[in-house]
Amino acid sequence: MYKYDEYDQQMVDTRVAEFRDQVRRRLAGDLTEDQFKPLRLQNGLYLQLHAYMLRVAVPYGTLNSAQMTLLGDIADKYDRGYGHFTTRQNIQYNWIKLEDTPDILAELAKVEMHAIQTSGNCIRNISSDQFAGAAADEIVDPRPYAELLRQWSSFHPEFLVLPRKFKIAVIASEKDRAAMRLHDIGIRMVRNDAGEIGAQFYAGGGMGRTPMIAPLIRDFVPLDQLITFSEACLRVYNRYGRRDNKYKARIKILVHELGRDEYVRQVEEEFAHLLTQPIEPPLAELERIKAHFTGPAYDSAASDDLDLTDPDFRLWVERNTHAHKQAGYVIATVSLKPVGGIPGDATADQIRLMAKLAKDYSFDELRVTHAQNIVFPHVKKADLYTVWQALDEAGLSTANLDTVGDIIACPGLDYCSLANARSIPVAQKISERFGSAKRQAEIGELKLKISGCINACGHHHAGHIGILGVDKKGLENYQLLFGGSEGADTSLAKIIGPGFTEDGVVDAIEKATEVYLANKQGEERFLDTYRRIGMDPFKEAIYG
Amino acid sequence: MKILTGNDLKTGAVIWWTGVGWSLDVNESADVGDHGAALAAREEGAQNVVGAYVVDGEKTAEGIRPAHIKERIRALGPTVRLDLTREASNPAAADWVI
Repeated sequence: MYKYDEYDQQMVDTRVAEFRDQVRRRLAGDLTEDQFKPLRLQNGLYLQLHAYMLRVAVPYGTLNSAQMTLLGDIADKYDRGYGHFTTRQNIQYNWIKLEDTPDILAELAKVEMHAIQTSGNCIRNISSDQFAGAAADEIVDPRPYAELLRQWSSFHPEFLVLPRKFKIAVIASEKDRAAMRLHDIGIRMVRNDAGEIGAQFYAGGGMGRTPMIAPLIRDFVPLDQLITFSEACLRVYNRYGRRDNKYKARIKILVHELGRDEYVRQVEEEFAHLLTQPIEPPLAELERIKAHFTGPAYDSAASDDLDLTDPDFRLWVERNTHAHKQAGYVIATVSLKPVGGIPGDATADQIRLMAKLAKDYSFDELRVTHAQNIVFPHVKKADLYTVWQALDEAGLSTANLDTVGDIIACPGLDYCSLANARSIPVAQKISERFGSAKRQAEIGELKLKISGCINACGHHHAGHIGILGVDKKGLENYQLLFGGSEGADTSLAKIIGPGFTEDGVVDAIEKATEVYLANKQGEERFLDTYRRIGMDPFKEAIYG
Repeated sequence: MKILTGNDLKTGAVIWWTGVGWSLDVNESADVGDHGAALAAREEGAQNVVGAYVVDGEKTAEGIRPAHIKERIRALGPTVRLDLTREASNPAAADWVI
């Protein structure tokens, strides 16, 4: 994985020193909160419902074991013994003290991590496919391109004060595991007819109060124009994105209001202009970065055999592992969704255990997924049972990936100052209602996503079943949505009707699964059946 | 009653205006009447609180209860981690919040 050079390290160290001084001035009364707030937000420090919250960036979701170990240590030393993995592949700590923050950032800098640009109207953490570098179906490892974009977007002077926040995802396989088209810019690395690698650009996607699926804006951008084209996309947005209304300030609104063709025309015009300027880094820089992402030293003689006599292990293998591009290896996903648990939360001990297992059995690598789980990308099949046993002892062996129990949920009103309703208790009740392995197997793939407000951090628009918590005259109320998807068949979920109480929405989901099972044909998923039979049978069962 | 609340500058903890200072306990809240905005400005200026604002509340036999669920959750802590709340030893602590 990428290793900081002296410039990267100096930039991060300098920022820590700068923020340390800003915190000192704030505590001394030399800065007001109005003056300080944008400074702390630029360093990922929010003031949430109960305390300061620190969001630490995990670039394209990739971590090594030293970084993961430190994340666990920070949870113990500065927080309350746990961390929360987010839908942007980051980690958040909910109980941070302002005066501790510079020390935390200094410790993070020592393992090449930071919290820069995890807030504010700038280009946020670049996200990617959690199976990057390991997936059997990828064209190339997308992470070198994500890293190039990270370096371009970090402290980019022109894009630090955009009309609104800006999120980029980079993938390199046909199967989209990163909700790519629901990002401000989505990039898919592709190979053209001549066999050259380049980038396919989508722009203007997003969730929030106005969900949009990003349209394709360019089929192929050569690698030696990747940054220049990205710059053109951002420039047009920065120039014409609305700054008068924060609810209409995202690029999706600009692309929608201009129309895809006019936005593309302006981007191409700006691109042509920028090509006359020497802004593209030399390809040698990309090659330098790529050298950090060469695959690990696999054992070419590793056996493809797997002893599945332990039924619990077998279930976990079937549910939580994926094919690896290297024979004898698998990609293993650790679900952070135990029955009745809090989606995305892990204790300090669990975080450190996963770090150790990655060091011992996954070439020192882990990934954070946008579905709030953790991945060991390269596990030898011969080691898998040992890994599973260690996970099982630590309460991390839940076999529910992509099932109704593998719920994405934002922190909701239990933690978030923007939320209107709690998300986590709803997730817990659903996960308990559908807790049996038999039930989950019967229902199969069902992606359920819960947001506690219209900002949609819980991706409810992209859920096969989505739940949106709202405030109805001071009471929590939950709207139910069906038909969303974030994959190759990206679609936006639609509200099915009047909202429910917390218990009511759980009952409604149970009825929906009964309709699905009664109407399912062949290998159809819930989403497939819903798309075939439409909403009416579900509404009839739920509302009577 | 009108309650003044905000967050502690150093720790970020939720705090409530008592009439003479700030407390972590909502039950010690004072009724600020129409003086909330002026008090908030004064206390923020003195670095005693961050983001102070006034909320509606009610004095009940069990204690002072903010009117809105969001403020009740702020007063207690996360309903899904009672072990981290101000009433960690009370399994029914969330009952008055929800």
